[in-house]
Amino acid sequence: MGIIDDNKRQLPVAGNSAPTFLTTKVDFVVNWARRNSLWPMPFGTACCAIEMMASAASNFDLARFGMERMSFSPRQADVLICAGRVPYKLAPVLRRTWDQMMQPKWCISMGACASSGGVFDTYSMVQGIDTIVPVDVYVPGCPPRPEGLIYGLMMIQEKIRNEALADGSLRKEDPEGAGKPEANSSEVRALTGVFGNSTQQEKVSSLAQTARPGRFKDLLG
Amino acid sequence: MTEQLTAIFGSAIVGSEVQCGDQEVLFVEPAQSREILEWLKDNEEHSYDLLLDVTAVDYGSVPGVQVVYQLWSIIHKKLLRIKCSLPENRLKIRTVVDLWSCANWLEREVFDLFGVDFVGHPDLRRILMPKNYSEGHPLRKTFPLRGKFSREKQTKIALEQDYEDYYRPEQLGALGIEPVNDAD
Amino acid sequence: MMPTKKTIELSRGDPDSGNMLVNIGPQHPATHGVLRLLCELDGETVLSVEPDIGYLHSSFEKLGEFRTWNQIIPLTDRMDYLAPLMYNCVYAMAVEKLMGLEVTERCKVVRVLCMEMERIFSHLLWLGTTAIDVGAFTPFLYAFQERERIYKLHESFTGARITTSATRIGGMMADLPDGWTDDLKDFVETFPKTLDEIDSLLTRNGIHLGRTQDIGIISSSDAINAGFTGPNLRASGVDYDLRKDRPYYDYETYEFDVPIGKNGDCYDRYLVRMEEMRQSLKILSQALERLPDGPINVEDPRVSLPSKTDCMNDMESMIHHFKIVTEGVRVPPGDCYFAIEGSKGELGMYVVSDGGEKPIRWRIRPPSFVNLSVLPQLAEGHQVSDLIMINASLDIVLGEIDR
Repeated sequence: MGIIDDNKRQLPVAGNSAPTFLTTKVDFVVNWARRNSLWPMPFGTACCAIEMMASAASNFDLARFGMERMSFSPRQADVLICAGRVPYKLAPVLRRTWDQMMQPKWCISMGACASSGGVFDTYSMVQGIDTIVPVDVYVPGCPPRPEGLIYGLMMIQEKIRNEALADGSLRKEDPEGAGKPEANSSEVRALTGVFGNSTQQEKVSSLAQTARPGRFKDLLG
Repeated sequence: MTEQLTAIFGSAIVGSEVQCGDQEVLFVEPAQSREILEWLKDNEEHSYDLLLDVTAVDYGSVPGVQVVYQLWSIIHKKLLRIKCSLPENRLKIRTVVDLWSCANWLEREVFDLFGVDFVGHPDLRRILMPKNYSEGHPLRKTFPLRGKFSREKQTKIALEQDYEDYYRPEQLGALGIEPVNDAD
Repeated sequence: MMPTKKTIELSRGDPDSGNMLVNIGPQHPATHGVLRLLCELDGETVLSVEPDIGYLHSSFEKLGEFRTWNQIIPLTDRMDYLAPLMYNCVYAMAVEKLMGLEVTERCKVVRVLCMEMERIFSHLLWLGTTAIDVGAFTPFLYAFQERERIYKLHESFTGARITTSATRIGGMMADLPDGWTDDLKDFVETFPKTLDEIDSLLTRNGIHLGRTQDIGIISSSDAINAGFTGPNLRASGVDYDLRKDRPYYDYETYEFDVPIGKNGDCYDRYLVRMEEMRQSLKILSQALERLPDGPINVEDPRVSLPSKTDCMNDMESMIHHFKIVTEGVRVPPGDCYFAIEGSKGELGMYVVSDGGEKPIRWRIRPPSFVNLSVLPQLAEGHQVSDLIMINASLDIVLGEIDR
């Protein structure tokens, strides 16, 4: 029993097989196709959205990387670019937009406000969107220059390049576990005091039930 | 102008001063604020026809809230500031929406952030904060910068918001329309 | 798009009416930010529309009460990211007025340069995005090409593309770098060509005319009652421009005209803004000519730092420097409302001080907040596509509406 089961547990969650010649070649082709036609979903709110628009316009020209097709519908998008501050009033909208995107999907948190709340450590602001949705790449800056955003997108491309189709854990989706706390909430609270602050987040969104994912489950079940 | 107003409204004119060299300020009693503003708007000698701003100040040192109106006369090119102190136990003042339609949102904002009740306002509800916001009125001095709840609780309440608020049957009922079928 | 648009069939007791409730936003490209519009439609006709705002409420005003007077400046440019320098300037001007501080002549002209440059900067973004809303993509690319040049000017002056934080109470963060005025002069000379090109693409364009003329009309008396200011008010035929009516920084000595519309429709609002850009160029070239030499920061012990040599040599200057840096500037008790002609309307700052190093209240008179509140009135009876155009023609920025 013991040893074999423990070994099994360390294998990828789905697929359950080591990479072979065929799968790596398929991975190569699929990842090449995926990474060169990323369709961003621009979730722009504030200053960063203007820099995102500047990235798409002539001088910086996102089209060079196959990303000029801004997908304003989350159903067709691959990368969520959350550009700008996110107040609590907008939090459920962001979460729902993310939930509506099809797999495979990635998320970029653009700018200080989206990544950590930035200067807005106040009553109305989400302190980092990673309390709401999982984030792949954080782009620092206030706002980041278009080059910064493009670099962030290229890091997503790099991430895709190393993905394996056999690794189902990458595509595993658990809406209620999205943005799950890394430490348990009592531990986080002990670190951050009563309110938490911009640098030490309480990653708690999984503690909150949104209305939407529940209904999805009802539909499936 | 202060003399004119005192002659008409008597003790409702509490005082006046000049700030920063050229900014006229008039202090009035809340009970008659609306009549005074109406007079200032309609009197041809003054005709303060543009209501620039309605806001409020919580000094902290004095309990209560001071409602501030900024007026401008396009014809006479004059600026006027009206201040109206409300005691903590009676945060009520009459609305001016029927005089200036732009007061609608400005008064809603003051209600949202300071909790001032504008009597007679057609649609007094929160405008900036979410509908389910339950921590109070954020711009009061007694309100902490980061809100009253922990970040954990704030996130939880935020995600509990129903973003399809407007489509709830009772909401639609309030508009006088009945939903036929839910598209979802 | 699921989070943003959803329809439910409704009927007002009459099964044949077939009215619909359509939600646009808050995440929607055509609303110019995170604005949510709830529309009740009869077919394509808008019966009523209700804007829902607050999706970008970042509590600037509360945060300001916890910052010293100079620390607020970085907040001001995050409020309207379409014209950041303008907001830097008006805040500094309001506080200076409250302190009774007169800035230097050079500083005045530099701020005029900044403010007029920002008017063009902001109108260009409005022009590009509004043109997209009526189906023209090319003006967006042209406008952004020119905006990119102003970005470069921002960057060489302040080090940042958008979040400039260029002013300080009593002056600017730094003097203009060498060659900056030449770059600006180059812009002033070459920009009219692009503007004419955009003009030729839109002003006589049949589609653009059809989409904007007689759409969203507001009469002058209604516009005043609704609190309209800026280009929107002037498009309705009211001559109210703060640069002429309540002049600041010697605007009365510059030669420029204030464009006034006739009909108060979307097309007039477009024409007024196009003309304003040309007038701003006129002011810019005059200001460039008269830019005087001399210090940019005021010599006033309340706000200005002593020179480095003084700090190193005598104790008083050292303590003075230390106090200003650690405690911040102190502003005498009182309150002050100061407004300038912003790119979107009357942009006012109302600051209240009790004599301390932090304000009691810092209030922004938001032009687009007031302008947007008229949208329900303007859009009623028009088609959905016109609603988008009317909303765009008001030139709103959500960062400032929600603050």
